[in-house]
Amino acid sequence: MQTPAQANNAEAPATANRERPPAARVALHAALILVVVLWLLPSVGVLITSVRTPTDISSSGWWTVLAHPNFTLDNYRAVIDAPGFWRTLLNSFIITIPAVIAPILIASLAAYGFACTKFPGRNVLFMIVIALMVVPIQMGFVPALHFFRALSIGSGYGAIWIAHTAYALPFAIFLLRSFFAQLPREILDAASVDGASKLRTYWSIVLPLSRPALASLAVLQFLWVWNDLLMALVFIQKDELEPLTQTTAQLIGNYAQQFNLLSASAVILMVVPLVVFLALQKHFVRGLVAGAVK
Amino acid sequence: MSDLASRRRLRSTRSAAGGFLFTLPAVVLLAIFLVYPVFATIRLSLDTGIFLQLQKFVGLDNYKRLFSDRYFLSLNGVPSGALVNNALWLTLYVGGCVGIGLVIAVLADKVRYERSIKVVLFAPLSIAATATGLIWLLMYAPNPNISVINGLLSEFGLGPVGFLGSPGIVNFALIVAAIWGGCGLAVVVLSAGVKSIPREILEAARIDGVSAFQEFRLIVLPMMIGPLTVVTVTLLVAAVKTFDIVFVMTRGGPNGASSVIGYVFYDQVFQRGRGGYGASAAVLMLVLVLPIMIFSIRQFRLEESRR
Repeated sequence: MQTPAQANNAEAPATANRERPPAARVALHAALILVVVLWLLPSVGVLITSVRTPTDISSSGWWTVLAHPNFTLDNYRAVIDAPGFWRTLLNSFIITIPAVIAPILIASLAAYGFACTKFPGRNVLFMIVIALMVVPIQMGFVPALHFFRALSIGSGYGAIWIAHTAYALPFAIFLLRSFFAQLPREILDAASVDGASKLRTYWSIVLPLSRPALASLAVLQFLWVWNDLLMALVFIQKDELEPLTQTTAQLIGNYAQQFNLLSASAVILMVVPLVVFLALQKHFVRGLVAGAVK
Repeated sequence: MSDLASRRRLRSTRSAAGGFLFTLPAVVLLAIFLVYPVFATIRLSLDTGIFLQLQKFVGLDNYKRLFSDRYFLSLNGVPSGALVNNALWLTLYVGGCVGIGLVIAVLADKVRYERSIKVVLFAPLSIAATATGLIWLLMYAPNPNISVINGLLSEFGLGPVGFLGSPGIVNFALIVAAIWGGCGLAVVVLSAGVKSIPREILEAARIDGVSAFQEFRLIVLPMMIGPLTVVTVTLLVAAVKTFDIVFVMTRGGPNGASSVIGYVFYDQVFQRGRGGYGASAAVLMLVLVLPIMIFSIRQFRLEESRR
């Protein structure tokens, strides 16, 4: 006797959903699919253009490619064989990796100080951190250049590592502090009762428990630094140290109307971030939402 | 007894100092690279500041020049200049991202392939503005065989339109490209907001015969104020700082028509060596984000007092 009633109950949400007129459902799907197509169109266009010959590109649209398929990898070969390409790619990694690790380490220490310890002036100091989150980094460039010149660390990667680290701190501290503040107090208290020093609690309890937040931050910071153009323009003083974004932006002048090479360069520039995004999407999204909602 | 008490006191002062010590590396870096520079850049903006060096104090001259520079702000005829363009970014880019983000977040919630939709819209968020710029250079190319937009227009015997070459269109073209790249943020955050609305409330409303639009206006929208505020604030700050995509796609051209404050700063300071003049543009960016700064601090104090 109970079974039909239960089944009915379970179906309730579905029927509520189906109450909408079928025309509305069709319109809904049509609108969503249209948006997806519009959003894919630019990238698909670049991807197809990047594997076509210059003659094909200028004589027929990429959207007609299925009518007379003719693909080539020459554009990629030309971009990769250009002098300095591999060095530039390496530069992007050399700039990015320390500029991800250093701010996370320094910010996690500070966030621990703000979330798990008490000291006079703590809240005022944290309010300054919040204020600094929205300060345009442009305000920092000229004084930073003076500072680097005074210490003569302007010529290597040092300047851009330090600058990326410093400018990443406000957001990183903010994100990690809100995560640390939610860790169960009992665990931290238990550690302190057991005689663990604050530093030890931070290293062997707080950090391991915060892996999800640290991973989200690492993904966001990786993409931020990898994709950065402005800071490279300002803080990289030697051509042979330039990252991929910077050299690609300059190609636009050099290659002008050579859309075969421009599109291949664009695809190469997107590969690493897209792989990181697709592999670590969960962390990326979680970081954005936490950073925004908190 | 007193020994124990003094040891305890020692321990508590040490732990108080210890707490601050954790923040010390960050505090030092922030002081050198963000706090002090705010004052130094303000000082520089009151100076001729040729080649980034303080030369001669000129008071507010740089600001007067900035506001009388027709490439920065021109109110003769149709308002134009970098400041007006930034106003377009602040309204159209932010409005576009939030509007599209909200519609997608609400509609995608109703279908089974929601995840796929979101992946497609998020993905551009992960790539460099430089790549976004290149992608849209192709979309906007005047050649109807290269640009799908001009290709479509030519099917109707229209165009080709030089999207990036015409002063009346270029800003809108750049903003559309930026929305394509940045809208994912709004989708992510607003979608999380939609998910946090208790299902029972929506079910109850449906049973009461509320239409889809009423449901959106009377239930979804009011419950999304928090996420909507956060997204809007984040995007407003991004709009003030706009630089990369302008640099990549137009370098502020044609003839300054698509310049923004961030580009004026870069161009004046690093390409023309006018440190003082460029610094005044940076200070103006700071002034524009000041209300947001005050808002964020207020939010924080509110949350603290709730604890």
